Amino acid sequence: MDNSLAGGAAAGKRRFSCPLEDSRPGALSPLLCRLGRMSSGVMNFRRLTALLGSMVAGSLIAIVVFLTVYAWPAVRLNGFRFLINNNWNLGSLYGNPVTVHGQQILPGAHYGILFLIVGTLLSTLIALFIAVPVGIGTAVFLAEGIPPLMRPWFSFLVELLAAIPSVVYGLWGYVVLIPFLGHHLFPFMAKWLGFLPFFGGSTGSGYGLLTAGLVLTLMIVPLITATLRDALVSQPVALRECAMALGASRFETVRLVLLPGVRRVLVGSSILATGRALGETMAVLMVSGNALNYLPANIYTPISTMASFIVSQLDSALQDPTGMAVRSLAEVALVLCLISIFVNGLARVLLYYEGRRNVRTK
Amino acid sequence: MRAPSNRLMSAHLLRRRFLDIIGWGFSALAFLLLGSAMVWILVTIFLRGITALSLEALTHVTSGTSGGLLNAIEGTVVLAVGGLMLAVPPGLAAGIYLSMFDTGRLAPTIRFLADVLVGVPSIVIGYFGYITMVVTLGWQFSVAAGSVALAIICLPYICRTSEMAINQVPRGVRESAYALGAGDARVALSICVRMALPGILTGTLLAFAISVGETAPLLYTAGWSNYLWNGHITREPIGYLTYAIWAFITEPFSGAHALAYAAALFVTFFVLVISILSRMVIDGRKNGARRNGGWAWRGRGR
Repeated sequence: MDNSLAGGAAAGKRRFSCPLEDSRPGALSPLLCRLGRMSSGVMNFRRLTALLGSMVAGSLIAIVVFLTVYAWPAVRLNGFRFLINNNWNLGSLYGNPVTVHGQQILPGAHYGILFLIVGTLLSTLIALFIAVPVGIGTAVFLAEGIPPLMRPWFSFLVELLAAIPSVVYGLWGYVVLIPFLGHHLFPFMAKWLGFLPFFGGSTGSGYGLLTAGLVLTLMIVPLITATLRDALVSQPVALRECAMALGASRFETVRLVLLPGVRRVLVGSSILATGRALGETMAVLMVSGNALNYLPANIYTPISTMASFIVSQLDSALQDPTGMAVRSLAEVALVLCLISIFVNGLARVLLYYEGRRNVRTK
Repeated sequence: MRAPSNRLMSAHLLRRRFLDIIGWGFSALAFLLLGSAMVWILVTIFLRGITALSLEALTHVTSGTSGGLLNAIEGTVVLAVGGLMLAVPPGLAAGIYLSMFDTGRLAPTIRFLADVLVGVPSIVIGYFGYITMVVTLGWQFSVAAGSVALAIICLPYICRTSEMAINQVPRGVRESAYALGAGDARVALSICVRMALPGILTGTLLAFAISVGETAPLLYTAGWSNYLWNGHITREPIGYLTYAIWAFITEPFSGAHALAYAAALFVTFFVLVISILSRMVIDGRKNGARRNGGWAWRGRGR
C-alpha cells in the first residue's frame, strides 16, 4: 500500500506536465523550457531580466562617468571660472603648446562659457513664459471646451507638434519663420514696443534669442498641454457637479475648482518642458544665430545655447592639437547633462508624489 | 431696496460673464495658435517637399550637394534598425522586470533613472558616443557608434512603454498561469508579452520614428557618406536623411535646397504615418492604454 502510494505519487510527478508546456512545432517552447530550467542555477529568468534591465540605468551612469573622466583635465584647468567667464578662445593654433596647471594647452587659450549659460537660460525662459499660458489655455480648451468625441483629433493636432523632428523645426524656422520675423514682426515690435526694456534697439536679421524662444515654445507646449489635459479630464466628475450645483459657470468650474486641483501637475510638466527646452539642439542651432563670446543686448540679439554650441564647435575644436578644446566641450556637455538630470529628477519626484496623492485620495 | 440689489447683481453677473468670455476666448485662441502653427509647418514641408521631389532623389546617391538621397535613406534605415536591434532586448527585459518582478529597491531605481535618461539631451548622448566609441574605442564614424547612440535614446522609451503595456495584462491571468505550474519565463514571454504585444509594438514603432528623426546624436557618431553602405560595422561613415536637411539647406545652391526639402518630406511623412498608425492602435484599445502612446513623445531635447 505504501509502495503503491509512493509509486503513484512518483508516477504522477513524472507524468505531470504543465498544460502550457505543449510542444507545438514551431513554438517558442524549447527555448522557453531551457529558460525555465535555468532557474535551478545562479542565473534564473528573473535575474536575467534584472541584469538586462539594469542596462537602462547603467547607460545613464555610464554617460555621466565617462563624460566626467574625459572632461576631468579640462575641469582641473578651467576651474570655476569656466562658468562665469565670457571668453571661448582656442588660442593660437600654430603656437607651441604651453603648460598651465600641469595641462598642455595652446598659447592664449581660454575657455569660459557664461554666454552659453545665459543664452540657454534666456531662450528657455522666453519659451516657458509663452508656453505655460498657451499650454494651460489649450489644455482647458481640449479638456473642457469641446465635446469629448472631438477631443482625440483636436488633441492629436497639438500632440503632433511634439512628434515633428527637431531638425524639421529648424528647417521651417530657417526658411519661413526667420524672413517673416526679421522683415516684418521684429521691426514692428521694436517700433511699437520699443519703450519696454530689451524690446527696442537693433532687430538684426531675425536670427536670435526671441526666434529661438518661439521655436522652443512650439516644441515644449505639447508636453504641458498633453499632461495637463489628461489631469483635467481625470478630475472627478463629482467635483464639477458640486461646482455647477453651487452656481458656477463652466469656466468658473475650470478656473476655481479644476485648475487649482492640477497645480502640481502643471509645475511638474513645466519643469519637464524646461528640461527639454534646455537640451534642444538642431532647431536652436539653425535659428539662434550662433553668437560667440557676447551677451544679448536685447531680445533680438543672436545667441548660442550649450547644446547647439557643442555641434557648431566640435569641428574647430578638433583643430587643437593638445585636445584641450575637445575636453572643454566635453565639460560643456557634462554641465548640460547634470543640469538636465537635476531638472528632470526634480520633475519626476514632483509628479511621483502627485501620483501617490491621487492614489491615496481615490 | 430691490432695485439697487438687482443692479448690484447684474453688475456682478456682467463681470462674471465677461470673465467667462475672456477665459474661453483665450483658450480657444491658444489652441488656434498651436493648431495653425502645426498646419503652417506641415504645409510648408509638404508643398516645398513635393515640388522638390524627383525620381533622381530616390534612385541616385548624393554627389557633393546634388544627386539623390538613396544613400541617406538607406543609412537612416540601417541606423534606426540597428538601434532597435540593440535597444529592444534590454528594453523589453527591463519592462518585464519593472512590471512583473517589482519587489526590491532595484525596480524603482531603474524606473527613475529611465525617466531621467529620457530627459538627457540627445547631443549629450551623441558626445558621449563620440568620446567613448569614436575616439577611445577607435571605431571612428560608423554604423556601430551611431546605432549604439540611437539605442541609448530608444532604451528608456521601449522600457517604459513595455512596462505600461504589460501592466495592462490582468493580474488574474498571470496568477492562473503560475497556478498551472508555468515558470517565470513562460508567464512573462508567452502570456504577458504575447497579450501586451500591440502596446509593446506601438512603443517600439514610436522609438523607431524617434530614431529616424534624430540628428544630434548621429552628427559625431555616424558622420556622413556620399556612398551606399558597404556592410562594414566600424570605421566606415554612413549618411542619413536628417543630416541632409541640416547641411544642405545652408548651402547656396537650389539643388542642395531641393535635396533638403525632399529629405524633410521623407522624415516628416514617415513620422506622421507612424504617429497616426499608433494613435489608431491606441484608440482601438480603449482605456488606460492610450497613455503609452502620448508618453513616448515627451521629454527629450532633440
